[in-house]
Amino acid sequence: MSPFITNYTLPPLPYSYNALEPYISAQIMELHHDKHHQTYITNLNALLQSQAESTQASDIPTLVYLQSGIRFNAGGHINHSLFWQNLAPAQSAEAKTSAAPKLMEKIKQTWGDETKFREAFNTALLGIQGSGWGWLVKVDGGKEDRLVIMTTKDQDPVVGKGEVPIFGVDMWEHAYYLQYLNGRAAYVEKIWNVINWKTAEERYLGGREDAFKVLKASM
Amino acid sequence: MSSTLLRSSTVRCALRASTSASSKKARFAGATFVRGKATLPDLPYDYGALEPAISGKIMELHHSKHHQTYVTSLNNASEQMAEAKAKEDVQTQIALQPLINFHGGGHINHTLFWENLAPTSQGGGEPPKGGLSKAINDSYGSLDAFKEKFNAALAGIQGSGWAWLVQDTQTGSVGIKTYANQDAVVGQFRPILGIDAWEHAYYLQYQNRKAEYFKAIWDVVNWKAAENRFK
Ligand SMILES: [Fe+2]
Ligand SMILES: [Fe+2]
Repeated sequence: MSPFITNYTLPPLPYSYNALEPYISAQIMELHHDKHHQTYITNLNALLQSQAESTQASDIPTLVYLQSGIRFNAGGHINHSLFWQNLAPAQSAEAKTSAAPKLMEKIKQTWGDETKFREAFNTALLGIQGSGWGWLVKVDGGKEDRLVIMTTKDQDPVVGKGEVPIFGVDMWEHAYYLQYLNGRAAYVEKIWNVINWKTAEERYLGGREDAFKVLKASM
Repeated sequence: MSSTLLRSSTVRCALRASTSASSKKARFAGATFVRGKATLPDLPYDYGALEPAISGKIMELHHSKHHQTYVTSLNNASEQMAEAKAKEDVQTQIALQPLINFHGGGHINHTLFWENLAPTSQGGGEPPKGGLSKAINDSYGSLDAFKEKFNAALAGIQGSGWAWLVQDTQTGSVGIKTYANQDAVVGQFRPILGIDAWEHAYYLQYQNRKAEYFKAIWDVVNWKAAENRFK
């Protein structure tokens, strides 16, 4: 292992595997965290090692070749790290929208009311063709910040200039299939019960560093 | 042999426009709306017939739910497309294209997939013969070397998609190509054999261990169907 590169490790779940039941089963959470997320990290570490070696060897073709794998696996690590943090047990105070007063104000200002926002978010999620994610994102508008709903394909992360991911929903089939099977709409409907609005509020009031602080902790 | 013919005709029926439903529609909607409707093809074997490689539960959901949804959504999008064409509404036609691509591709891909699988009792897993076998050996050296390359291609798909053995219509040679989501094998390449790498194709049985699915599926590959597609 090169001394110049970081070795990422799997961040622990901030709750137990069964804490999101009955909306997300313990079996899904365990596989999703211990297997899927771990695989992205394992692949990312290997790719970063190759990248360090190619940089040292000034091997530009290999550096370019490595990019898509790094984007995919780093994206997988970033997205899942954010996702675990932006979920919470349904009975907790964090899972109530009252935990996000400022964010809710902005949501109402942007979409009219909470129901319209959820409908717009659900429509975006169900419109994803293949694997991907749906995100609520704060975008630096220069004068004033805006809220937008974005979808990203596969493991593309929300890392654009001036973008702060507030919360994300994993729309890969592995995120729901063992429990909801082909019932994507039911999963999309139920996930609202376990959104962590406290985390969402913190990310909304903060900047990128606040949103991504979990990644620093897993180095 | 007769079962192979039957399989092929089932698939052709499913992919071809059937006119019974549309003729009724045409009577009150005008000639511009005359078109066919996609239908879900029958599986040429039982849901449990591909076990242990693919479980009966997966096959049932995959065929009766996932494939059916592509068929239904394709018909909806096609209907809207026909209306947009009738109105010469080009913007709507363009907006509908991704839906036609996705659901049309989903219909075509799954239809070909069911046909290029077979239970071992119906020849599943028996190696290819003749021209296709020679073309594979020419490109990959051996069938085992080909399978290894194909499985690596499947494993390398980032997200949902398919891997296909395709024939280049310009050169006649065969190769492996991966396609994102439900993108269909059209244009320069002819689909010979496809494997579904979406998580719904294996998750109930293999979960995250997709390499095991890719290894097992060769036991139920219908090389006869692949040979019939090869020219
Ligand atoms: Fe995931
Ligand atoms: Fe499929």
